[in-house]
Amino acid sequence: MPLSREEVQHIAQLARVGLDEDETARFRDHLSQILDYFERLHQVDTEGVPPTAHTLPLQNVVRADEPQPSHDKEEVLANAPRREEDLFRVEAILEE
Amino acid sequence: MPDPLYSLTLQEAANLLRRRELSSLELTQDAFQRIRQTDERIHAFLTVTEELATEQARQADERIARGEGGPLTGIPAAIKDLICTRGVRTTCGSRILENFVPPYDATVVRQLQEAGLVMVGKTNMDEFAMGSSGENSAFGPTHNPWALDRAPGGSSSGSAAAVAAGMAFYALGSDTGGSVRLPASFCGVVGLKPTYGRVSRYGLVAFASSLDQIGPFTRSVRDAALVFQGIAGHDPHDSNSAPLDAPDLTEALVPDLRGTRVGVPREYFVEGMDPAVREAVEAAVNQMGALGAEIDWEVSLPSTPHALAVYYIIAPSEASANLARYDGVKYGYSYIEGDSMWENMEKTRQLGFGDEVKRRIMLGTYALSAGYYDAYYLKAQKVRTLIRREFDAAFQTHDVLVTPVSPTPAFKLGENIDDPLQMYLGDVCTIPVNIAGLPGISVPCGFSEAADGARLPIGVQILAKPFDEAALFRVAHAYEQATDWHTARPPL
Repeated sequence: MPLSREEVQHIAQLARVGLDEDETARFRDHLSQILDYFERLHQVDTEGVPPTAHTLPLQNVVRADEPQPSHDKEEVLANAPRREEDLFRVEAILEE
Repeated sequence: MPDPLYSLTLQEAANLLRRRELSSLELTQDAFQRIRQTDERIHAFLTVTEELATEQARQADERIARGEGGPLTGIPAAIKDLICTRGVRTTCGSRILENFVPPYDATVVRQLQEAGLVMVGKTNMDEFAMGSSGENSAFGPTHNPWALDRAPGGSSSGSAAAVAAGMAFYALGSDTGGSVRLPASFCGVVGLKPTYGRVSRYGLVAFASSLDQIGPFTRSVRDAALVFQGIAGHDPHDSNSAPLDAPDLTEALVPDLRGTRVGVPREYFVEGMDPAVREAVEAAVNQMGALGAEIDWEVSLPSTPHALAVYYIIAPSEASANLARYDGVKYGYSYIEGDSMWENMEKTRQLGFGDEVKRRIMLGTYALSAGYYDAYYLKAQKVRTLIRREFDAAFQTHDVLVTPVSPTPAFKLGENIDDPLQMYLGDVCTIPVNIAGLPGISVPCGFSEAADGARLPIGVQILAKPFDEAALFRVAHAYEQATDWHTARPPL
């Protein structure tokens, strides 16, 4: 079942990837085709089968909560698109 | 006339260094000469680090002169550009990280530095490791050293091509669904994906965290073992790192397969596969039989055909979460002309990410969204359990499984670029291995003559049960030593 144009735009908005008209049309075809391909999984009987999140027999890896040296502050902030003193600058996130 | 330095294996080069017949500085200068000679045509590198390498080579020579160091000391190597290198930009093949300079080294880089790394540069790749051809790099594709109009395979395109072309003696890549093994087979080199959890991912830019694993490219199986031993081991910085030391492989590297049980799962010989690939892989299995292995041609892993769908749900789902961090605030490309935080974030990602990355983020977002989670993501995780169980059962009675790496040899650049599903189908033999967390290796096993006359390498894939890399290395090494496919070099 092909995705509608509105569905593609909704997913793009959730994912914050911003699509133009041309991309929306192309991605609609691609994503619909791929989702169709996924349908085959519905024929697999998974009654009573537990899900696998990852393949290691590890659970709840913990360590002592002790202070340790971190990365160099200047090296970290050197990558900041906009810096103000020792802070990352962003637009206001709360609207008036 | 002696072989040129750039065609030596890592071990041969290391022997020359140890015997002081050659210095690391000379070896390094030779590698840069080779890069200058060939990389204009191949484009394996995004960043070349000659000054750093020269300094590292000098230090390596001092260590060797003191009688210190190991097999990797002073050996020129290349690192995939999604493995963080402190002070050296790490782009992930993406515009969004074009100018990102990591403030720390990945654990694998630190381990290799301690072993005497000489880093010649950072290699080209599909953006964020999403791709099977190398064509999704924001900085232009890598060309296959065996046929420049063909894809080297992806996503570790530059690492495979650099080792095949003699620009580095080994390279690191990452393998989430075949991104080491596939380009290794297309470029005629050895490529290892270790067991999930065997090698630390600290400092590996995350794509799909339940699948990602770092592995080496080399020109021989023994070389792959040397690099693997240098990077394997527990790291408290990666909580999905297994609490195990690197295994000792000395006893595994013997040319004798008596008593080894080899299984050949029939589902991997898919419809539409290139006859030359089938022939080469079957011949490789027969060769293993001639070396004393017991061959079982009747293994069946019936869930194999579902693996591709499982992967293309799980990997994009994890990616959609992992790539949420690229919002233009802390690092990377940042659009700031908009009127609001949301507009800037959306534009940053719209302009910073390429098509395939957007496509996968959207797929993952959809698969995880309300109302679809059970039907896609949870269902895929359940089928994942079935795939793993079938492998577990097969390894009860077999030491290794042998399959093709890819149904076809290298395709032409541009051939599949507008058909993402067709491109995904090429991953059919490598993906189940990541889903089940197994170790796998690609070893050269022949050539295919293309219609245009190109001579294209073919790889055979050898799989073992989790943490049994020793079994995989035993078979790979014995097979390799009985053949000479790995000694072929591209006509550059």
